[in-house]
Formats: sequence, C-alpha cells, structure tokens
Amino acid sequence: MSTTTYREAMRQAIREALISDDRVFLMGEDVGHYGGCYAVSLGLLEEFGAERIRDTPLSESGFVGAGIGAALGGMRPIVEIMTVNFSLLALDQIVNSAATMLYMSGGQFNVPLVIRMTTGAGRQLAAQHSHSLEGWYAHVPGLRVLAPATLEDARGMLGPALEDPDPVLIFEHGGLYNVEGELADDAGPVDITTAAVRRPGTDVTIVAYGGTLRTALTAAEHLAADGVDAEVVDLRCLRPLDTATFVASVARTHRAVIVDEGWRTGSLSAEVSARIVEEVFYDLDAPVSRVCSVEVPMPYAKHLEDEALPQVADVVDAVRRLGA
Amino acid sequence: MTKDLPEPDTGAQFTRACAENDHKVHLLRQMVRIRRFEERCVELYSRSAIRGFLHLGIGEEACAVGVLEALLPEDAVVATYREHGHVLARGVSMRATMAELEGKVEGCSRGRGGSMHLFDAATRFYGGNAIVGGGLPLAVGLALADHLQGRPRVTACFFGDGAVAEGEFHESMNLAALWHLPVLFCCENNLYAMGTALELTESETDLSLKASSYRMPSWEVDGMDVIAVEDAARHAAEVVRTGGGPHFLELRTYRFRAHSMYDSDRYRDKAEIEGWKSRDPIPALVERLRASGVLADGDLERLEAEVDAEVDDAVAFAEAGTDEAVEDLERFVTSEPVQRLASP
Ligand SMILES: Cc1ncc(C[n+]2csc(CCOP(=O)(O)OP(=O)(O)O)c2C)c(N)n1
Ligand SMILES: [Mg+2]
Repeated sequence: MSTTTYREAMRQAIREALISDDRVFLMGEDVGHYGGCYAVSLGLLEEFGAERIRDTPLSESGFVGAGIGAALGGMRPIVEIMTVNFSLLALDQIVNSAATMLYMSGGQFNVPLVIRMTTGAGRQLAAQHSHSLEGWYAHVPGLRVLAPATLEDARGMLGPALEDPDPVLIFEHGGLYNVEGELADDAGPVDITTAAVRRPGTDVTIVAYGGTLRTALTAAEHLAADGVDAEVVDLRCLRPLDTATFVASVARTHRAVIVDEGWRTGSLSAEVSARIVEEVFYDLDAPVSRVCSVEVPMPYAKHLEDEALPQVADVVDAVRRLGA
Repeated sequence: MTKDLPEPDTGAQFTRACAENDHKVHLLRQMVRIRRFEERCVELYSRSAIRGFLHLGIGEEACAVGVLEALLPEDAVVATYREHGHVLARGVSMRATMAELEGKVEGCSRGRGGSMHLFDAATRFYGGNAIVGGGLPLAVGLALADHLQGRPRVTACFFGDGAVAEGEFHESMNLAALWHLPVLFCCENNLYAMGTALELTESETDLSLKASSYRMPSWEVDGMDVIAVEDAARHAAEVVRTGGGPHFLELRTYRFRAHSMYDSDRYRDKAEIEGWKSRDPIPALVERLRASGVLADGDLERLEAEVDAEVDDAVAFAEAGTDEAVEDLERFVTSEPVQRLASP
C-alpha cells in the first residue's frame, strides 16, 4: 500500500495505458505543455512526447470527432475534455457519431474511444463550469458511462475502458482530484460493469456515485452515531446501470435514498428511483427519496452554492424522514 | 462690422489640444483604475474574499480602455471571463464590480456570476462568458437585432486568440460578414490560450489575415498602446455604425500574470514575459504625457491616490455588502411576472 491521490492514480492509469499499448495516445486542450487543466497529465509530455500527448486547439467538436476517426482507424485514443460543460460543444460528435456508428453501420464500424472529463461543482466556479451533465450521456444507447469515485476506480477503470470495443465516457468529479488515500501497489484493472456496496448496512440504502459517494458515506457515519445502519451503494457505471446491485440492497433494507448532484428532473436519480419502484415496490417500507441539486444554474456565491448542492445534512434528513 | 475678429484657428486649436490632453489623462486614469483594481483582487483572493476562477488582464488594459472609449452608450459589449477591465472601462461602478467578485447581492450580477460573469443592463454589457467562443454568436445576434430595427449601433465583441480555433468563431465571422452586420470583433491576441501557445494551435498565426478571408476589413493594432487602440477602434466603429459591415481588430497584447490564480505558468519563458513587461501600456503612456508636458510633477501621484481611494471605497462597499437570502436561490431561473426585462 502507498498513499496517493485520485489525480495521481488517474495519471498512473494513463501512463500504464501508454506504456502497454502503442495505439494509445492522449489528446485534448492543455494536456501537454500546461500539464492538464487539473494537472492529471503533468509530466507526461516530457515522458511520452508531443505525438502521444497531443495538445489540441480549442476545438472540442473537432478533436472529439478526430478521436472517433482515429479510433475507427485503429488507434486507441484517450480524449480529454476539460469539463463536461465544454463537452457540449462536442455533443454532436459524441451523440450523433460515436454512439451511433456501430448500429448505423449494421455492426461494421465500432468506435473504441475513451473520453475523460471533469464534472461537478463545489469550487465556486459558477454556472458555466459546475454542472453535472453525466446523466444526459447516460441517456444515450451506444455509450458506456463510468464515474470513478474511489482511488481504486480512478486507477483501474481506464484500462478496461480502453479494451472496450465501444465508446466509453469517464466522469471525474473535480472535487476528488486532491483526495488522498491508500492504494495497493499492484492496483490494476477493475470491473466496469457493476455497482458496488461501499458500506454494508441494514436499515436504509443510500445510492450515490462520483462526487456524492463521499457525501453518502459521511451521512452514513452520522446516522450510525444515531443507531441507523445505512448501506451505501456506489453506482460506478452509469450506463448501462447495474440494477441488480441496488435493487437487491433495497430489497434487504426496505428504504432508499438516492443522492445525485445532477438536477432532479429527468435525472439519473429518477431512473434509479423508477427501477426500484418497478422491481421491488412491494419490499419498500417508505417512498423512495431523492437528494439532488436545486434546479438552478450554479450560483457563484459560496452560501448559495452550498445551498444548491446535496449536503450531508440533506441526506441525513432524507433518511430520517423515511422513518429509518 | 467685424473688423477685430479674433484669430479663430488658434483658439479652437488650443481648446482642442486641451481637450485632447485631458482625454489622454482620462485614458491613463482608466488603465490605472483597472490595474489597481486587479492588484487588489490578488490580495483579496489570497485571503479568500474572492474565490472560484479569477483571470486578470494585467498588461492588457489598453485593449479594453482603447476600444470602449470609442463606443457610445447605446452600443453593446460582449466579453469573456477576463473582463474586469472591460466592465470598468464601460462605466460599471467599481463598487458593483467588486461586490460581485465578493459574491454579494449588491454586485452587478447579484453575486451569482462572480468574476467570470459580470453583467450590466444599464451599459448594455452582455457578460462575461466563460465558454471560449461562446460570446461571438451572441454578438452577431445583437447586431442582427440592430440591423433589423434600423438602429445605428455597434456591438463590440471581445475574445482571445484561443477562441479563433472554435467553430463558433468561424460561424460567427461568416454570418456577420454575409449579412453585413454591425459587429466590431476585437481579438485580444495575448499569444496563449491557457498554456498552449498560438503557434501550437493555429496553422495560420496571422489572425487578421485569417479574418480577412471572410471579406472583413481587418487590422492588427499594437495592443500595448492605448492611443493606437482607440484610434483604430474609433475609425472602425464609425464605419461599422454607418453601415460598413463588420470589422475585425487584432489587438496584439500580453498578459503579465498567469492564466488564472490556479496556473503555475510553467509554459512561458521568463525573458519573453520580461520583454513584454518593458512595453507595459501604463508607463508607456505616462512617459509620453510627461515628455509632452501634459503630466506635471505630482500629477501621476495625485491620480494614483485618487484611484487608490476609489479601490478602497469599492472594497469597503463590497465587504459591507450582504449575502443574498438563500430563500431567493431559485429567483431568476425564469422571468418573474413583474420583472421588468432589460430594454434591448
Ligand atoms: C469551450 C471551452 N473550452 C475550454 C475552456 C477552458 N478555457 C478557459 S480559458 C481558456 C483559454 C482561452 O484562451 P484565449 O481565448 O486566448 O483567451 P485568454 O485567456 O488568453 O484571454 C481555456 C482553454 C473554456 N472555458 N471553454
Ligand atoms: Mg489568449
């Protein structure tokens, strides 16, 4: 075991991919000379050179589309988009090309592309740098959508994502990069198809992912102090959703709270809630509850941003209201 | 009988020269206001009174001041996240600007926007846009509205060299030229988009040449010389206003500090930075004004003291400001029935 950060774990995953497969290259805005806008790729230009750590112009649609083309042409590109907010300039390429190519071509052309991007709020970056739009991508057939929330997943999801024959989107919550923890020295590939129970419990299931996993785990600690034993499920893979894991958990605990930094309306939390109701309605002792961001463009002022985001206290309250 | 007519020319020339000199001192004052404001922002950031991303335009003041001097009150302005200078030069109060940076409800965007999203309806300042290239289509639309309603107004649109790589740049340049719209495109070319140098992102680094391929009159201007910027902008704005179609100014400038407060500036050569600092637009103008006798001993110190007092006042105003009530978090997601919309 050694102490590392989420950022460093991600960097090691990229390094390993570059070392083990000549077809892999990283491309995006400021990944090279600047070292990555969140310093994930710091030092990689020096190690791998400008062909494989490729700085792009500010042309999101252009370089994401080029990533699709390169994948079709036999490469294994890792495209970095600075944040999900700017991925909207490439939405057309992701949704209309990457996700559809295999199906449209009757199974002839698969797109083995990985796109990484930062998501989430909490750093007072206001309404054009803070939104959690991964739920939109999770809506689209043809994409696999991952949300690493732990060091193991930051280290281990990229490899299998590159091995996936189809496009994979990896969402890294901006609040996680500095998170420190212990990681096994031989940490390697992880499964990218299932959800995980991060804390076993018996009284209520709290479903979370990405940036909200820590909120959920902290809430579980608070609840434990009051004698409520919460189980915390980390979705990990937002598309396709591993329904079995969270449904089985709810069947055991009989109560569910879903924590999602996205807006409530039409969100991932809505999808999770619907699946619980569809599959284990008769096991529920209380209505499904959701803790989401308030439906506003993210404000700059700290007290307003805090108010807009799901907080530990909101999760604790939601659990209490279910009578757990 | 008009026997003893005064010599008309001399008097008028004298008056004009005085006015011109006053104007140059005004340009200096505007640049110093922006510089001192932003220097204070750095202090406030280090003690966390300002948070989020903070992009400073220190070194680039002549661009904002020169262009905005050339506009009329009825004109519109669209800017980027590096827009403190533009908002101040446009006439938004330093108090409202500082209050915004401190997230107070007295701020020009009620504390909801912060440094990157300064807005002001009264001066037709349409933001602080933090999506690179995002402001250009907006400017085209504002100009289209003026065109359709026969209003002789200019929309000035600021953006960086990095934005030139975005599709929206090309789409907007083409639309504006095709429809002959009154947009003044002002590209602040500081040679870097975050850490990536222009020559690493553009196959053709001559941006005015690029712009002229849209059949748009385009000039390069020394963006470190406020008088040159104002002259070019005045000339261009006049033509744009009177139906001459869109124009493009490439303002060659440099940011003296890092991209944002998060940036360690590893990608620029120290000698390059020092070289540009020796062309600092503020001392350059001071020297000219001293050499021509416009600034006397003590004038600059007086001006700086007045500006410092204004900055102190703005900070005091911001710190005495109020946090917006959390109950109002959801206001303005949609228009309120009684809300008076900003007149276009
Ligand atoms: C669409 C989009 N992509 C990426 C970013 C991240 N970003 C913010 S500023 C910036 C550099 C822009 O450079 P330039 O246009 O030259 O303006 P400057 O910062 O030099 O004033 C980048 C890449 C963004 N805000 N929007
Ligand atoms: Mg630039």
